[in-house]
Amino acid sequence: MDHTPPPFFKRGPAPLVRLFFFASLSLALLVVDARFRYVDGLRSWLALAAYPIQRAATWPIDVVQSLSSYLSMQASLIEENQRLRAQLLANVQDAQRYQELQSEATEMRRMIGATEKLPVLAQPAEILYLSRDPYAHRLFIDRGSAQGVKAGSPVADDTGVIGQVTRVHPLLSEVTLLTNPDQAIPVQVVRNGLRAVAFGGGASGMIELRYMPANAEVQDGDKLVTSGIDGTYPPGLAVATVVRIERDQERSFARVYCKPSAGIERGRYVLVLTNETARPPRPEEGTKDRRGEKTRRSKGKDKSAAEKAPEKAVSDDPQ
Amino acid sequence: MIPSSSQILRPVRMSTVIGSFAIALFLNYLPWPDLRLVPDFVALVLAFWCVRQPRLVGLGVGWMLGLLTDAGNGVLLGQHALAYSLLAFLSVWLSRRILWFGPMLQSLHIALILLVTQAAVLVVRLAAGDPFPGWPIIIGPIFGAILWPVATWLLLLPQRRPEREQAI
Repeated sequence: MDHTPPPFFKRGPAPLVRLFFFASLSLALLVVDARFRYVDGLRSWLALAAYPIQRAATWPIDVVQSLSSYLSMQASLIEENQRLRAQLLANVQDAQRYQELQSEATEMRRMIGATEKLPVLAQPAEILYLSRDPYAHRLFIDRGSAQGVKAGSPVADDTGVIGQVTRVHPLLSEVTLLTNPDQAIPVQVVRNGLRAVAFGGGASGMIELRYMPANAEVQDGDKLVTSGIDGTYPPGLAVATVVRIERDQERSFARVYCKPSAGIERGRYVLVLTNETARPPRPEEGTKDRRGEKTRRSKGKDKSAAEKAPEKAVSDDPQ
Repeated sequence: MIPSSSQILRPVRMSTVIGSFAIALFLNYLPWPDLRLVPDFVALVLAFWCVRQPRLVGLGVGWMLGLLTDAGNGVLLGQHALAYSLLAFLSVWLSRRILWFGPMLQSLHIALILLVTQAAVLVVRLAAGDPFPGWPIIIGPIFGAILWPVATWLLLLPQRRPEREQAI
């Protein structure tokens, strides 16, 4: 006859022991994830498990949108149609000029012997949802590695750059927005070609140019576009407009605050740009313009970007 | 007054628990305008089951849900896992006490538990180098606690017997 207690009393380890166990497991995971990124495989699996629920959570917006489109007035539709037509007309003109300029640029590049620039491919994607995290400025889009999205691809909407793909899961990927304090983007002032690096401003929803000399030639209302010298972002995409400049006597740097031109917090559809350039051979002296144009997190991409960087030229601006 | 024993409930079904967690995750993933003000529905439902069924739902379930939340939100893996295990521990620990109070005082207990959970996430984020997101961060847990009586009523619905059956 055995003297084990009936299963009625079997309750496993004490709660405090369990708490200790799970807390240390979590802390270990945190450290491993933050420092070494060993657990990205596990993360992908978990993201795949959460995907059906995430997908379902976008359904209420779809319903609201289809309802509102069903109930929309004829007058507003006509008005929108007219507006779109006018916009299309303006765009067609630009597009024709663009083709002409592009062929001209290709011709000139051939004449001076530079490598030809390959066209930037764009893949449309839908924003699934913003990250449920007030600290992080991220969003999720419904294209993943199954659709050929690669980590590091820039993401833009119809008015400008919104961010960069930082993690790719099988069916969705994660986009870090420009307003994330850890995100940096190389920019150029359209008016005079001055290059700078823009950092996310965090909760303010702005981006800022840091480490600008106090006498830098920047004005309110200046338009910033990507300079393209990092090889990650294609050149000439609209990034932001300067709204405020603080030139402090005490500090030697000016702080320039800019408003992103893309609708970072609104909008539904974005374009994932695949900047698949044929990587040119690295020139011997090509080490001059490579400051901090990378996101601080993406160490792996630095090398490839640096290899591509020197061959990039600044193209015409889309404004 | 002993609200918990005022009515004899049916035993809980596993499908109810799993379904409620799925709905809570769904609510969390909805595109809310300002996430600081929105209660954490998963935390609320987890606290409910830990208080009501401490032998069925506990720290292990909380930890797994935390991992799912972390991966789904693309944040540092383990921060919600840590917070939810802490929440499950506190709820299991206080489960015998909480059910003796009325809905208002139960909500106060839950508010405290949810605030501790939020604080755990906050500490991890600050340690990881993120800026402080501002004081509205405490509004979410308080909203969650206000929702506690509603959540109790909703989640106990499948376990209630019809009136006729009670009379027997």
